Amino acid sequence: MGRSNASRNSNNYEIIKEGEKVSEKIKEYPGHALKAEDFKEGKVLTTKWRPNAKYAWSAGIAVSRFLKELKNGKIIARKCNKCGRIMVPPRMFCEWCFKPTDEWVYVKDTGRIVTYSISYISAERGRLEKPMVVAVIAIDGASENMGILHKVEGVDIEEAKAGKLFGMRVKAVWKPPEEREGAITDIMYFKPLEGEG
Amino acid sequence: MNMSIEKIRDPRDIKHRFGDMEADYIYTLGVAGERFFREIKENAKIFGTKCTKCNIIYVPPRMYCERCFEELKDWIEVGSKGTVHTFTIAYVDENGNRLEKPEIWAFIKIHGTEGGFIHKLGEVDIEDVCIGMEVEAVFKEKEQRTGSITDILYFKPVK
Amino acid sequence: MLIKKRVAVVGAGMTLFRRRMLETGREMCWEAAKMALDSAGLTLKDIDCVVLGTAPDAFDGQHMKGEYLLDGAGAWRKPYVRVYVGGGTGVFVPIAGWWHVASGLFDTCLVIGEEKMSPCHPHPQYAFSTIWDPILTRPLEPNLIWIFALEMHRYMHKYGIKKEDIALVAVKNKRNALDHPCAQIPAKITVEDVLNSEVLVWPVQRLDISPVSDGAAAVVLCSEDVAKKVTDSPVWIDGVGWCLDSTYWTNRELAYPKYVEYAARMAYKMAGIHNPPKEIDVAEVYDPFDYKELHHMEGLQLARKGEAPKLTKEGVTQRDGDLPINPSGGLLGVGNPIGAAGMMKVCEIFWQLRGEAGKRQVPDARTGLAQAWGDLMQVGTVIIMRS
Repeated sequence: MGRSNASRNSNNYEIIKEGEKVSEKIKEYPGHALKAEDFKEGKVLTTKWRPNAKYAWSAGIAVSRFLKELKNGKIIARKCNKCGRIMVPPRMFCEWCFKPTDEWVYVKDTGRIVTYSISYISAERGRLEKPMVVAVIAIDGASENMGILHKVEGVDIEEAKAGKLFGMRVKAVWKPPEEREGAITDIMYFKPLEGEG
Repeated sequence: MNMSIEKIRDPRDIKHRFGDMEADYIYTLGVAGERFFREIKENAKIFGTKCTKCNIIYVPPRMYCERCFEELKDWIEVGSKGTVHTFTIAYVDENGNRLEKPEIWAFIKIHGTEGGFIHKLGEVDIEDVCIGMEVEAVFKEKEQRTGSITDILYFKPVK
Repeated sequence: MLIKKRVAVVGAGMTLFRRRMLETGREMCWEAAKMALDSAGLTLKDIDCVVLGTAPDAFDGQHMKGEYLLDGAGAWRKPYVRVYVGGGTGVFVPIAGWWHVASGLFDTCLVIGEEKMSPCHPHPQYAFSTIWDPILTRPLEPNLIWIFALEMHRYMHKYGIKKEDIALVAVKNKRNALDHPCAQIPAKITVEDVLNSEVLVWPVQRLDISPVSDGAAAVVLCSEDVAKKVTDSPVWIDGVGWCLDSTYWTNRELAYPKYVEYAARMAYKMAGIHNPPKEIDVAEVYDPFDYKELHHMEGLQLARKGEAPKLTKEGVTQRDGDLPINPSGGLLGVGNPIGAAGMMKVCEIFWQLRGEAGKRQVPDARTGLAQAWGDLMQVGTVIIMRS
């Protein structure tokens, strides 16, 4: 097993001589490049296909509860008693200690901006009408750096570009209770918390 | 140590999110495929490529031999006749819905080559299909051909 | 650590990197693999096993892509495996090839990285849409560039780095790429060009990003006894390292890639390197975005935290500097076919260490490093080679 012809027939090889620059001898690198116009003008044949796949993604045990609490206007986390971390998003096992997590813990709906960016393009890569601030927000009451991704509104774009939003305290703005469905969008966005440094 | 994980008792507590995979695909046919399908589109001719070292003709034609890895430059017209290597009768479509009329799908080996096509059999009754029967390709009219495997409508028995 | 056989790279090859190629994925694999074999003076018969790396099936729109590409990879009826760690694949695939030979199981291994991103319409970015958590992130309709922008902004904030400093990397790499025969978008640009380019997701602008590409690259690995029969100048793989973090990227300090540090330490330990900036002569560091070159330089311990921009400004990372980084032109200049980009870097280090890099040649290159990165900001793969 594993004994190749390579080692048996040593006279199959042409020894590449010392100093011989192999890659400089190569004049042409293979490949036929096409342009977008070649497709539009029908210069190249193609086949088209759209996958017909639909998905029902299960939220799992921990996030199902998380979403249920979002419907109630609350954010819930999960604690591992071994490492002591209070984790958002909650999870049923601790990936550090590799054991089941132990308790549900309610945390606040306020937090600090850990990092953020300003999007001028949509998910389909078109231009947005109004630039949108998205951020990783570390939630108060959870362990350090336990952040979630969400939108931020009510901030000045120029201030944002100048890097002024780092560490800013923000609070969740919820949909009215009758409109909440048990989804991450039950929080519409986070906005700056008044009167805090 | 308590190793149990909390279980959900009420199925209405299990949340799902529904969606689909958004993407459209436009495939190029490749260096060999481009020429193969142009011959089908323009001339209703089927070509293969020959590896003289390994003595095989590939259908559909390939740019290189999978066995000795040499570039293949010998294009040979292989004709449109072959034998049914195996076949099946489909009673349901790709989504599992009942078809009005069952369809006969076969792997047709082209004479003198190492390859062939998966395609439909037509102009034949189910009871008369057998492995080893001789068939030939039936092409669409030239104006309707687009350079696709569907430029061949089906393979029919050779009388 | 007991390694049965020392492993050498004896040949390399790659296709052009372009936005859209006529070739199917298989044909690109064959072109790169054939070139690698020819350059080593070997034929397919001499190859015992094949390892292929390629990123999401969703780009090509071909399920079980590894199996589909198999014949073009020369793996017909051979032991074959496809590996995949997102963008980290290009350096992970020679590491997987290294396992095959170092274990003593095989004497020769053909290693290929391939990607065909052009079939995915309207934009290959769509293939990434399912990388996000379906419950907590996708309802927010994210754009892939968000995560890079969030990471870049955190890095800039933590160490007080300005956009102008980061743009120097794009300027350097695109200029280096002018000397690479396969490069997709080599160019002479200035810092102003970068700062004036279209803002996509602040602080990321158009010229900060590497392009979408089709392409393939390959190398041939041999065990020590075989390598010495094949060539007078084998390039030895002396260190390998890889490490992954979780997909809870919102629970991570994004300013510093710890997982890249761990992968690098694993490789340095194996290669016996104690002072990386002094002992590495040339490095190909993963640069899908310009700030990533700086971010990774620090993770690789080639610069202290927050200090990589200073080295770039001082010209240390130019081809004639003390620590040349990305003499090939990197992903920013040559192109980014995800699974093949890291392999392009491995081929570059191979050519550099043999003195075959032509106009891109870094003088006296004896020890080289190639690094790749990817997934949801979570994988670092590192390989160290010596001539």
